[in-house]
Parts: sequence; structure tokens; C-alpha cells
Amino acid sequence: MLNYTFHWNQAFKALPQMLDGALVTLQIALLSMVIGLALALTLTAFRLSGNRILSGFATTWVEIARNTPALFQIYMAHFGLGNFGIHLSPYTALLVGIAFNNAGYLAENFRGALKAIPDTQTRAGRSLGMTPVQAFRLIVLPQMLRIAFLPVTNQMVWAILMTSLGVTVGMNTDLAGITQELNARSFRTFEFFALAAVIYYIIAKLVTLAARLLAARMFRY
Amino acid sequence: MIEIKDVRKSFSTLEVLKGINLTVNKGEVVTIIGGSGSGKSTLLTCINGLEPINAGQITIDGTVVHAKDTDLNKLRRKVGIVFQQWNAFPHLTVLENVMLAPRKVLGLSKEKAEEIAVKQLTHVGLREKLTVYPSRMSGGQQQRMAIARALAMSPEYMLFDEVTSALDPMLVGEVLDTLKMLAEEGMTMICVTHEMAFARDVSDRVAFFHQGVMAEIGTPDQLFGAPQHPDTQAFLASVR
Repeated sequence: MLNYTFHWNQAFKALPQMLDGALVTLQIALLSMVIGLALALTLTAFRLSGNRILSGFATTWVEIARNTPALFQIYMAHFGLGNFGIHLSPYTALLVGIAFNNAGYLAENFRGALKAIPDTQTRAGRSLGMTPVQAFRLIVLPQMLRIAFLPVTNQMVWAILMTSLGVTVGMNTDLAGITQELNARSFRTFEFFALAAVIYYIIAKLVTLAARLLAARMFRY
Repeated sequence: MIEIKDVRKSFSTLEVLKGINLTVNKGEVVTIIGGSGSGKSTLLTCINGLEPINAGQITIDGTVVHAKDTDLNKLRRKVGIVFQQWNAFPHLTVLENVMLAPRKVLGLSKEKAEEIAVKQLTHVGLREKLTVYPSRMSGGQQQRMAIARALAMSPEYMLFDEVTSALDPMLVGEVLDTLKMLAEEGMTMICVTHEMAFARDVSDRVAFFHQGVMAEIGTPDQLFGAPQHPDTQAFLASVR
């Protein structure tokens, strides 16, 4: 039968420490999304450029990001680059790995969103005297962001959860890292990880809620 | 004045315009009729440079449309076009749809652009719809908004490409009335249409296109009353 006595007190005592870790988690996730979005827009522009080298580069990036484990991507940023003399701290390596992954998924989302906007929208803009850049910025982009908004939100949640992979490269200041250390010291595995899971859950839910409120404000049509 | 000289246009191996000649003077209303695939819509998109041409020349007030050094963005301010699919910008309200190009292309102030937009929307009967998003309007209302959007650029020429073809029969009338009003105000217009009664009513001249060729052109009385070309006769007999 159950041969384990729960010691929740120990876990709750560590709560402030874990919440500090949660802030680091949220910070990495947010940063990785900002960088990921910028990279994804660039990759999308590369893919639309008609230049074979640029679009080949972007496609390769997207293929690797979407078809290999995120864990390997973070490993590569830490140990892989280390082999070439580029030594990234666990924090930076985690950020680079997740941003790489985000960029790949988001670029694919953007591509899908762009396909959903008829060419006639651009044509209508051009026929009013807009330059191609104006037509894209004023007409296509706002519509693309709306269509891509939900997938972007999903990716943000995914980025939060992916930060937990940082423990594999020695990350010890985020929620997963701190939980792992507390566990190693006390062997109260269930209590600490259950509490951490609840915190992850709450963060993810709050992000989704915030996104929904933001969407309701931004997209009134 | 729009001058179209020996214009040829192909999509890969399919030649859709086989040497078109047409001159449209200031203040004139020319309608183009003809069956599907006769090249009428293609001609309109060539006139404002949305499509390149393979041979010939189109000039608008002396500017060669397809010359390399022609600033098409500038030229298009002068030549408005409205399409069969009205292409409302769904993320903008009716007022914003109409204000966008005057602000961003002509560089007008927000106040000035709004003044123009309200004026044009009132003109086409949409004064009550300023803050509405296009998805909340009927096809006829969206098409009239598209007309106002083009007019807000103060074009000297207007091209209408089957603007009633995608509309409910019930909504065709309101859009045609808007076009008639423009014609009466002296706007220079080229209308591609399947509405024969409308063509007869508003046109100074009617052109009949058949398989990439302008088979016949004349006043409405000539073309509808006494068509000369056998293809025109056959077409008119079939639509009556």
C-alpha cells in the first residue's frame, strides 16, 4: 500500500523561492517570444522574398525547429555551440534554444495566416495607389496578426512549458531548476513537483486569459 | 484622355487581348459588354497597370502606363478601379476603409481625410454606417463603400469591373444607381458590365468585345438598335 507520508509543509515553506523561479520562467518565456516573433517575421519575409538562398535558409530553419525535439535544440545551444568555442550560460542557451524553436513554429503560423488572406486585398490596396510595402503593412499584416493570434498564444504557453527543459543544461534559477534542487535536497519529489505543476498551470492559464482580453480589445471586427 | 493602341495581352499561351484600340475622352462614359473570357476585365486591369501588356501602348493624359519610368502608384491616384469582388478591408470600419488611402497615399491630415471620407460615404448613401465594420453590411453596401473608397482619392477616371456581378439581384439596383449618379456628374468612366439596360441608359458609347477583339463600338442606339457585326447580333439575341 501507500508507503509514503506527505510533507506538504516543507513544500509550502519553499513557495516564495519557487515563485521567484516562476518569475525567471516567465521572463525567459516572454523574451524568447519577443525574439521568436521578430525572427519569425524575418523568416516569413525571407520565404516571400523569392530569393532562393534566403527562402532556403528560412525553410531549413523551420524544418529543423519543427521536426526535432526542443530538448536537442537547447542541448545544441549549450553543448553543441560549446564544441565550437561558443560558451553560452545555461540561461542564454535556454533562451536561444526556445527562441529558435518559437521562430520556426511562428514562421509556419504566419505562412498559414498569409495564405488565408486573398491576393485581392493587396490588389485593392495597390489600386488605391499604395506601394507594395504600404499594402502589406496597412492591409495584409493587421489581418495576418489576427489570424495568427491564437497560434501565437499557444506558442507562448508552449514556451513557458519548454523552459523546464533548462534543467538538462544546468539551469537552476527558474521554476523547474529550483524545484529540482529542492527535491535533490529533501527527496520530497511528489510535493515539490506537484506544487511546481500547479504554478506552471496557473501561469499558463493567466497568459491565455490575458491574451483573450487583449484579443477582444484589439480585434473588434 | 485614355488612349489604348493595339494592345495585346497573353496569359502564357492564351492571348486574351488581340490588338485593342479605344480612345476615351474626358467626361465620356464607355461601357464594355461581351461574353465571359472576351478580355473585357483584363483590359481594365491593364489600364491602371495592375497587369503588364505584351504589345501596344496605353496612355493616360500623355503618360505611358507601361513605360519603365512611370510611377504607377502616382498614376493610380488618378485612375480609380472597383472590382466585382468589392474587397472591403475587413479589419477597418467603413470610415477607416475610405480614409486609409487619402491619409497614407495622399498624406492628408486625419481631419481632412475624414471630411473627404464622410462626404463620399454620404454621397453613396452610407452616412449612417461610418463606424460599422464591413462584415456587418450587405454586398451592395460594401460595393458602394468600395466606390466611395475609390472616389475619396479624387480620381479623374473611374474603371468599374462588373461591379454588380457578385451581388444579389435585389442589391444590383442600388449600386447601378450610384454609377448613374456618377455618370450624370460628368465622371469619365469605363464600365465592364452585363447589365444591358444600364449600358443603354448611361453610356455615350458601348463596345462589344468578342474573343479578345473589340468587334464593334458605337452609341447605345447604334449598338443595341442596329448591331452590324454578326457576333454582336448573336450576343444581344442571347441576352435578351
